[in-house]
Amino acid sequence: MNALKQYIDLYDESQALIEQQSPALLNKLRGVARERLQDAKLPRKGSEDYEATDLETVFAHDYGVNVNRLPFEADPAETFHCDVPNMSTCLYYTSNDAFHSSATAERNIGQVVVEPFSMAAVDYPELMDAYYGKLASLNDPTVALNTLLVQDGLFIYVPDGVVAERPIQLVNIFNAALDMMVQRRLLIVVGKNASIKLLACDHTQSPDYHYLNNQVVEIVAMQGSTIDYYDMEESTPLTSRVSSIYVDQHEGSNVLIDGITLVNGFTRNNFHVEVNGEHTETQLLGMTIASGEQHVDNHTFISHNAPRCHSNEMFKYVLDDNAVGAFAGKILVKPDCPRVEAYQGNRNLCGAPTAKMYTKPQLEIYTDDVMCSHGSAVGQLDEEALFYMRTRGISSSEARRLLMQAFVADIIDGVRMDALKDRLHYLVEKRFAGTLSNCAGCMAACKKK
Amino acid sequence: MLVINDLRASIEDKEILKGVNLTVKPGEVHAIMGPNGSGKSTLSAVLTGNPAYTVTGGSVSFYGKDLLALSPEDRAHEGIFLSFQYPVEIPGVSMVNFMRTAMNEKRKYMGEEPLSAADFLKLMREKRSIVQLDNKLASRAVNEGFSGGEKKRNEIFQMAMLEPRLSILDETDSGLDIDALRIVASGVNTLKSKDNATIVITHYQRLLDYIKPDFVHVLYKGRIVMSAGPELALELEEKGYDWIKEQVDSQQ
Repeated sequence: MNALKQYIDLYDESQALIEQQSPALLNKLRGVARERLQDAKLPRKGSEDYEATDLETVFAHDYGVNVNRLPFEADPAETFHCDVPNMSTCLYYTSNDAFHSSATAERNIGQVVVEPFSMAAVDYPELMDAYYGKLASLNDPTVALNTLLVQDGLFIYVPDGVVAERPIQLVNIFNAALDMMVQRRLLIVVGKNASIKLLACDHTQSPDYHYLNNQVVEIVAMQGSTIDYYDMEESTPLTSRVSSIYVDQHEGSNVLIDGITLVNGFTRNNFHVEVNGEHTETQLLGMTIASGEQHVDNHTFISHNAPRCHSNEMFKYVLDDNAVGAFAGKILVKPDCPRVEAYQGNRNLCGAPTAKMYTKPQLEIYTDDVMCSHGSAVGQLDEEALFYMRTRGISSSEARRLLMQAFVADIIDGVRMDALKDRLHYLVEKRFAGTLSNCAGCMAACKKK
Repeated sequence: MLVINDLRASIEDKEILKGVNLTVKPGEVHAIMGPNGSGKSTLSAVLTGNPAYTVTGGSVSFYGKDLLALSPEDRAHEGIFLSFQYPVEIPGVSMVNFMRTAMNEKRKYMGEEPLSAADFLKLMREKRSIVQLDNKLASRAVNEGFSGGEKKRNEIFQMAMLEPRLSILDETDSGLDIDALRIVASGVNTLKSKDNATIVITHYQRLLDYIKPDFVHVLYKGRIVMSAGPELALELEEKGYDWIKEQVDSQQ
C-alpha cells in the first residue's frame, strides 16, 4: 500500500485544473515534485527519524482535496473571532484552504506586506521567484506533496529597516463539512534590520470531520533582522497536522520559533534551521500538552554553518493518559565554525504509566572551539511536592495541575510578547483544568460576533 | 481532640511504629522526644497521611472522626497541620498561588465562598508579619532558594494562614540559628490558643525553652515509653537517653 498514490493519481488526472487555478510560479515546481514522488513512500513507524510516528496511516485516510478551489463559507471572521487580550494584532484567516483578510489587516499598511500568493505573484514577482520553494526540501515526501498540490499560500514581507508595529496573527481554521486535506503554505521574508512578530494558530471548528493540514513554512531572516514566530495548535482529536518549517538565518539575525501544541489529534512538526551568518541568535522552543490519544512528534534540526553563533533549544512535554510524545533534536556544527554556542534540552513529564515519550537528542560537532550541550529527561511528578501540597489542603488533582503548569512555565516565559505570555498562562491553566478539551473550550474565551 | 490508640505503621515492610498511644486535648502543648530512629518523624508522617507509610494497626480519632480514613488534604481541611522537617521546594509554583489555592480549597470544604484577591493579599500581609517573612519571599516560588531559616519561617507562616486546630512541628528547630529560633517560636506562641493544640517533635531541650510544653513524651523503638511534665525534658538534656533505653531494654 502507498498512501501517496491516491494524491499522485489525483494530480495526474487534474493537473490542468490545478495549474489553471494557481499562480504560474507555483506550477514551476510541480514537475520536480512529481518526479520526487514517483517512487517515494511515506515513512512508516520505526523508520529512521520516525521511530514513533507513522505518516503512511495519517495520509491513507480518504481526504477530499479542493482541486476546484470551490469557495467555502464567506468570511471566517464572522463565525470565529479569536482575541488575545491587550494585544492589538493585524488579523488574517485561512479558512480550510482559502486565505481571508480582515478589517484589522489595514493597520500595518505601508509597512508590512501580507498577501496571498495569487496577488504577491503579480505585486512582487522577483521576491516570490527568488524565495518560493528555495528552503523547503523536496526530498521530504510531505513537502513534495505540498508543492505538488498547493494552489495558494500566504506571502509575508517586511521590507529592509521596517519594524512592524503590530504583530501579525494568522488564524487557520478547519470548518468544512467533509473530510479534507489542505496544503497550507507560508513564505516569510524579513528584510535587513527589519523586525516582525507572528502568531499562527490552528483551530478546528467542526469536531466531527477528519482534517489534515500538510503545511510548509519558509522563513528568510535577512541581515540583522528579528523574527518571532509562534505556532500554536489547538484543534481536535480528528485533526492531523504535518508541518515543516524551514528557516534561513543571515548574519546578525535573531529568530525565535515557538511550537506549541495544546490540543490535537496527530501532529508531526519538523523544524529545520540553517544558520548561515555570524553573530546570530536562535531560540527554538516548544511545549506540548497531550492527553487522551494525542500524538505529538517534534523533529528539529539546527545546522550551524557559520562561526560565532548562539542557539538555544528547549522542548517540554506533559503527557497524560495514552498520549504519545516524540522528540528528536539534532544540532550540527560544521567545520570551521569556532565559538558556536549551542544548547539543547528536552524535558518530559509522564503523568500516567500509559503515556509514552520517545526522545533522541543528538549533537554532531566538527569544530573544536565550541560550547555545546544536550540533555534529555523523562520523569514523573515529584511525589514529595505532591504530598507537601496535599498537607496544605490542596487536592491531589489540583496539586498535579499546579506542578504540571509549573513544569512548562519557563517555556511560556520564553515568549517575547507579554500579552501572549499572559494568554498562554491562562490557556495552559485551562488546559490542565480540563476545560480546554477542544476548540469549544477556547471559544468560550473568544468573542463570538 | 486527638486520640491515638495502639498505632502501628511500617514502611517497605519494616515496622516503625509498634503501638503508639497518645491523647491530646485543646490548649495543650505536647513534646515528643527520643533518640534517632525511634519513629518520631514517622508518627508525624502517618498522622498527616503520607502515602509512603502503611498503617498496620490501631486507630486515630480526631474530634471523633476516623483520621486514618481521610485523604491528606481532608486531614488538612479538618485542621491538621505539619511543619516539615525538610520543607519541599516547588519551582514554578508561586507562594501566592500555592497559598491561595490551599486557602480556597479549605473554604470550599467548609462550604464558604473563596476569598477575594484583595482580602487574600491583606491576610498574607498580616500573617507574614508574625514570622517576619519578607514580601520578596512571598512572591517567589514555594521554598525555592530559601535559606534553612526562611523555610522554617515559611512553614509557620503557612500555619498562621491555615489556622489549624492541631499543629505538628517536626524538628522545627533543626538548622535554625538562635535568632531564627526565637522568631519561629514566638510565631508559634502567638498562634497558640485554648482551642488549638501543638505537638512539638524535637531532639533537644533548646526549642522547649521557647515553646513551653505541658507534657513531654519519650518515643523509643516505636512506642511512647515515658510521659511526664516539662521537667522530663530538662532531665533528658542532662542525662541523655541511655538510662531510658536501658530501662526499656531490660524490661523486654
